[in-house]
Amino acid sequence: MAIIEIEQLSKSYRVYQKREGLSSAIRGLWRRQYREVDAVRSIDLRVEQGEFVAFLGPNGAGKTTTLKLLSGVIYPTSGTARVMGYVPWERSNEYRRRFALVMGQKNQLWWDLPAQESFRLHQQIYRIELEQFKKTLAELTDLLSVGELLGRPVRELSLGERMKMELIAALLHSPEVLFLDEPTIGLDVVAQHNIQQFLKYYQQQRQITILLTSHYMKDVAALCRRVVVITSGAIKYDGSLVGVIDKFSGSKILRLLLAAGQSSDGLERFAEVESIDLPKVVLRCRRGEIPKMLSSILQQYQIEDVAVEDPPLEQVIANLFEHAASDSSNQVSL
Amino acid sequence: MILRIALEERLVYRGDFALGTLMRFLPIITQIFLWWAVFQSIEGRMAGYSFEDMVAYYLLSMLARAFSSMPGLASTVARQIRDGEIKKFIIQPVDLIGFMLLGRVAHKIAYYTVATVPFALVFFLCRGYFTEGWPPAIVVGAFIASLVMSFLLGYFIDLCIGLIGFWFLEVSALLFVYMLLNFFLSGHMFPLDLLEQPWRSLVDFLPLKYLAYFPAAIFLGKIPQDRLAFELAIEVAWLVAFIGLARWLYARGLRRYSGYGG
Repeated sequence: MAIIEIEQLSKSYRVYQKREGLSSAIRGLWRRQYREVDAVRSIDLRVEQGEFVAFLGPNGAGKTTTLKLLSGVIYPTSGTARVMGYVPWERSNEYRRRFALVMGQKNQLWWDLPAQESFRLHQQIYRIELEQFKKTLAELTDLLSVGELLGRPVRELSLGERMKMELIAALLHSPEVLFLDEPTIGLDVVAQHNIQQFLKYYQQQRQITILLTSHYMKDVAALCRRVVVITSGAIKYDGSLVGVIDKFSGSKILRLLLAAGQSSDGLERFAEVESIDLPKVVLRCRRGEIPKMLSSILQQYQIEDVAVEDPPLEQVIANLFEHAASDSSNQVSL
Repeated sequence: MILRIALEERLVYRGDFALGTLMRFLPIITQIFLWWAVFQSIEGRMAGYSFEDMVAYYLLSMLARAFSSMPGLASTVARQIRDGEIKKFIIQPVDLIGFMLLGRVAHKIAYYTVATVPFALVFFLCRGYFTEGWPPAIVVGAFIASLVMSFLLGYFIDLCIGLIGFWFLEVSALLFVYMLLNFFLSGHMFPLDLLEQPWRSLVDFLPLKYLAYFPAAIFLGKIPQDRLAFELAIEVAWLVAFIGLARWLYARGLRRYSGYGG
């Protein structure tokens, strides 16, 4: 049985539609116009135990809403979901002791107290045995190398240090399912890397199930074998990261290093020219046409070096999001 | 444990603490002067209160308020709802209502460890105003019970107002109205038995009187001993009603909740 099973899950919010201007603001005092916003539309998803899945999607696509539904913070409009056999929004204490949610933009620690006080509070809340607690805490602080920061008030920690503390707090009770909502947001490259390494190691050691949302492709590339693309509340893709490129990008990037004295004139006949910085030329062309095009270029030009690459992942995803955005603008129900 | 952490958190801000305690006594002085002027002009008693009784009443009602007032509780709850911090009570296996209550108990304990000295000092200096001396033990017992319940009642009323934040994200206007009503109808401003009918019966019926007037009235012997148990039972009923209301609001509110912020 899958550890997370989602069927036909939908969530719509009713938002107050305010028009511009004072007169309409006054009218809004009596009669308000509401608009239904479908944050999540009929999602189906199955995740097996031990998977590390990334949710990709532009802002407002429904990623966070899905995580909120799965952690029981909000009720769905319709549909069902089960995590480890529990219905999340029933909020049973047994379920709440077995998962954790970490949000990069929120902090769950006590602002004015050192992190270790918050950890001890978690020990009580989750009823972790003292021996177990000490062991887990020592292991986690060691892995994240934050031992000497435990006694410092949380408000004096840097963002990266705080995020590590958040992670420790979330993992103290050894959750079997972990939801991470943009855990590396706003962090510098080193801190991001540290957290990636930690998550990777921890997930492999414990074989826990993790759902992650992130806007950093590096996170996703480093951590997740499976990627779910959500745009405007619906799943557009579910599969491997490499598969995203195969499916959503029909083009390849061709890098040429021209021989000395060779002009680049006429290359636009073969493919779209991305940039010319002699002697380097970058072309973009359709996938299937590579062999034919390459052979005619080699015949007509003096070439020192050739490289064929996939377009960068960020670009593919960005294109994908843009497509989705233009598709969905006429789908919003009024 | 939760208690201890909340206590530690409170003690972080020591300076704020000591000053706040002292400031509590300032307004009462102006009120005492005011009543002094009033009693000068009428010469005698007013609705059964002599000037000395009046001073004793203010001191006692202030003690009751020190139990029942919940500074910032409703606005904290409403803010937590608005900016999504309340999520942690949904995600973690901990009950918001119980957790916050422990936090408040800690708050009060921390407060009293600091405030006992100035309170004792003021009461000692003013001992001359308690013309009757110590009341009988049963009255003292009822007084203590009413103080404890005034704390609980104050907590649950404030909590209910905060929980309304699930429906109206902003509760400050509502809170202002409540504070105003509380100020007049709890007996904080003047002893409630100074009121004329029908107002007298009205405030008698409302739960707000338990927050300040009622404990002071018990101590001063304004409530006959054979009615003490009955009055306390009504207070318990109010308390149960507000606990029920808070539970209901919380359960309904969570259903409505849309997890604002991120």
